[in-house]
Amino acid sequence: MATSALPHADAHGHEHDLSFIRKYIFSTDHKIIGIQFLLLSLIGLFIGGLLAITLRWQLGFPGEAIPGGGILPETMAPGGILLPEFYNSLVTMHGTFMVFFAIMPLLVGVFGNYLIPLKIGAPDMAFPRLNMWSFWIALPATVLMISGFFMAGGHAAAGWTAYAPLSANPEWTGVSGGQKVWLLSIAILGMSSILGATNYITTVVNLRAPGMTWFRLPLSIWALFLTSILVLLAIPILSGAAIMLYFDQTIGTHFFDALDGGQPLLWQHLFWYFGHPEVYILILPAMGFVSDIISNNSRKPVFGYHSMIFAMLAIMGLGWIVWGHHMFQSGMNPALGTTFMVSTLLIAVPSAIKTFNWMGTMWRGNIRLNVPMLNAVAFVAMFVIGGLSGVFMAVTPVDIYIHDTYFIVAHIHYVLFGGSLFALFAAITFWYPKMFGRMMNSMIGKVHFWLTFLFYNLTFWPMHNLGIGGHMRRIYDPSEYEFLQPLQGMNTFITISAILLLTTQMLFALNFIMSWFNGEKASDNPWKDNGVEWTTPSPPPHGNFPTVPIVYRGPYEFSSPLVEEDFLPQTRKLEGDQEPGAAQNEGDR
Amino acid sequence: MTSAMAPPANREIGSDVYNEKLGMWVFLGSEVMFFTALIGSYIILRFASPEAFAAPGNVLNIPVTAVNTFLLICSSVTMVKAFAAVQDGDQRGLRMYLVATCAIGATFVGVQVFEYNQLVHHGFVPSGYVAASEYAAQAGTPGWPESVGVYSSSFYTMTGFHGFHVSMGVLCMSFVTWKAFRGKYTQTDHRGVEVIGLYWHFVDLVWIILFTIVYLM
Amino acid sequence: MGWILPEGFSTFAGDIDFLYYVVLVVTGIAFVIVELGIVIFLFKYRHRPGQKAHYTHGNNTAEVIWTAIPAVTVVVLGLMSGGLWAEIKGHESAPAGSIPYAVDGRQFEWNVTYAGLDGQLGTGDDFVVRNQLHVPVNQPVVLQLSAEDVIHSFFVPAFRVKQDAVPGMTIPVWFEATQTGEYEIACAELCGLGHYRMRAMVTVHTAEDFQQWVADQSAD
Repeated sequence: MATSALPHADAHGHEHDLSFIRKYIFSTDHKIIGIQFLLLSLIGLFIGGLLAITLRWQLGFPGEAIPGGGILPETMAPGGILLPEFYNSLVTMHGTFMVFFAIMPLLVGVFGNYLIPLKIGAPDMAFPRLNMWSFWIALPATVLMISGFFMAGGHAAAGWTAYAPLSANPEWTGVSGGQKVWLLSIAILGMSSILGATNYITTVVNLRAPGMTWFRLPLSIWALFLTSILVLLAIPILSGAAIMLYFDQTIGTHFFDALDGGQPLLWQHLFWYFGHPEVYILILPAMGFVSDIISNNSRKPVFGYHSMIFAMLAIMGLGWIVWGHHMFQSGMNPALGTTFMVSTLLIAVPSAIKTFNWMGTMWRGNIRLNVPMLNAVAFVAMFVIGGLSGVFMAVTPVDIYIHDTYFIVAHIHYVLFGGSLFALFAAITFWYPKMFGRMMNSMIGKVHFWLTFLFYNLTFWPMHNLGIGGHMRRIYDPSEYEFLQPLQGMNTFITISAILLLTTQMLFALNFIMSWFNGEKASDNPWKDNGVEWTTPSPPPHGNFPTVPIVYRGPYEFSSPLVEEDFLPQTRKLEGDQEPGAAQNEGDR
Repeated sequence: MTSAMAPPANREIGSDVYNEKLGMWVFLGSEVMFFTALIGSYIILRFASPEAFAAPGNVLNIPVTAVNTFLLICSSVTMVKAFAAVQDGDQRGLRMYLVATCAIGATFVGVQVFEYNQLVHHGFVPSGYVAASEYAAQAGTPGWPESVGVYSSSFYTMTGFHGFHVSMGVLCMSFVTWKAFRGKYTQTDHRGVEVIGLYWHFVDLVWIILFTIVYLM
Repeated sequence: MGWILPEGFSTFAGDIDFLYYVVLVVTGIAFVIVELGIVIFLFKYRHRPGQKAHYTHGNNTAEVIWTAIPAVTVVVLGLMSGGLWAEIKGHESAPAGSIPYAVDGRQFEWNVTYAGLDGQLGTGDDFVVRNQLHVPVNQPVVLQLSAEDVIHSFFVPAFRVKQDAVPGMTIPVWFEATQTGEYEIACAELCGLGHYRMRAMVTVHTAEDFQQWVADQSAD
């Protein structure tokens, strides 16, 4: 195979003579693969939400039969009343689905795939067939994870963090097949992620269009690129740990049990060495999307573009040396607690920098409060709460009290829902027209936003207060404890808010599905944005660009004095713009 | 004229190398982290419970594995020679040296399977000593831990996954060899040879580290 | 309730609570600045006909200021916390003369070994009581914490005490109760299906009542 290292652009706009299967099922087109991940992960998100509501039912109405619980088997919920072992499994699987099968694939699998080639001006990923494999490995991993619910003994029940020895020996949980399937599924999914990261990194490094220098890349691409490096380096650690735990369960190795020199804390170190970079994987792309969307809707350049990149690099770097803050109370050497406290406090700084830069972008802007902007601003407002609650945990003596309480649960959900998920609502709405050629309905979008924002805060804000009251995590029946009884009303309140929150998401689902068929047809650039993807039709053809795009400037030239319009696309050439010098890689630089 | 073995043409300058080579380097980065998790765990467990680890040479067969190590290094040499051959347009040399690399690689795996067999036969399995076995009888004597579970766990996992990586390498190498015999690699485009070579050298390097840490120390 | 911590009844509870309130005030200020700022900007800079955005790429002075202030703040917080952490969690930090106990967690109960009348653990007069920790008021105690099966976590909210109990490890936990009464112990690390009911009680006696109680237990 000789010449072109690039998947070719289809100059005349003909679709290939590919069968339906090759075009839409086993497709190597990054756009189709991105949409496949979108559909799969929205299902994952829905499953995660259902699991949450189910466990919340037990917390809000302990011992009462859940409506519709009759369909659950006796082993999980006799008479519709949840059993403690099923509750532990729900808690575990809610976290598992949300982290691995919803947020991560949505941020990285969907938008990494969809946006990277388009926004850098490439016809596709560097390795389109490998990209196809990424999806077709993720799908069986998902099916395998779902199958755990149907195993004897139920699904994994040791928390999404799977601490050993609880997770290592079926004797302690009563769960055998479920925990094994959990580990296998995670390991397989990890392969999908690693292949994807390899693809993304190679693509961003090697396939940028002429003129698309590093410092003209949109922050969404910077974020996806840095996230891919984190994925590349962190996921294999989890794979290694999962394999060791799997062997402990199946062939009698002793990595994590205390017999024969095994170390329970080793699991925690390995898991969190992966797990902390993982949480930055779950937030960095969201930060990138929000930067693009806030800039676009303020009609202003991003404030402090270089600082934003520096902050992301700092987060990426510091993210490797804070893992012990999940282990302050674990029994690890307390001196380590002090060192991890220092690094953890420091990592607050780059997030603060980004928050102020987002505000700086809005300052003196010309703000359009459309659906993407509403959700993007909500990201900033809610993520900052999540970040600030983190400071309490970083201060180690305070962590003694709030570790493993609902204060942590509040923190997690403010950064993951208030942060990542609002950013995803923004991103999906923003790029939907490019993906599907239709606009999502703005009125439904706004109603969805406001109701979600309201019910989300009503659900998760009180969890801070539960934590302050000492309410532990993963507790099937808080009424066992006298000191928790005054807090029970709050539990019920949270449950009702959560039910309303989940119900509200039907609006988003409806909007998503209806707009696909009936949405207002989208022009090439409905948001009047500068990114390279908006120079293509909505949706773009296979191969994306009939001719190689040339980039003349950065992505955030809104309200530029150089032109009448309040936006100035990256690929628009103005008088006096120089052609990129290094367009031909022929040895002379 | 665009060369397949140069970075992609008509692009902003990224790296100095073509996509497949960059992709392999990136992928090897993830493999480094994977083996770091396994080897790092071994080191941590070893420092935490030194009494659970046998003295070098007692449980494991150093002479046989040393020869095996030498073989694997030889296969890296043949790999280098295969690459040099195709760079010189020497198709015969390419095919010969690729076959040699496959053969030696397969031999390495074979020897390792033999080694595992021996260990199991002597009573050393992933979960530790086999009750009433030859090795179990040595338990408690100098250089032989009372119980050896964490040593056996980490030994089998590390070397097993390395062996798995070699096996995958042999499979891919066989595919590359087959393509070489069909004349698919030329002096101007032999990306597949270079890329599998990178993987192969990596796997060799991991083994040298493993052999040193696990067998000799 | 709300953001006010429940009352604490150990000597270091007050120090922990103080740090909490410091963080609450600092983060509260940051919270107000950011949220108010966002709301104000949304209103003040919303699109109106003829409005143009101010074209700027940023301001280095601003960057320096909003990097330096958070950095200094977190450094100060760190400096304020390190000492207390070492004082509570340091392995040698239990005050001299602390009464020794052994606390062993297992699915789903806490077994407390008392030093008995001679005040020494590991002697013949030790005795074990399930799910009850009796201590004298105003006297430091140190618990050697362990676990039999999986990781548990020994949590006494009223004393601001929490420590994971790990199989294969013995971890010292000390505190000094400041008021007599009964306080709940909870398990704070998922440990199986009975995790939610792994409850025990601390009873804080006066010094005399404690001696009496120990004597009564030893007599059995």
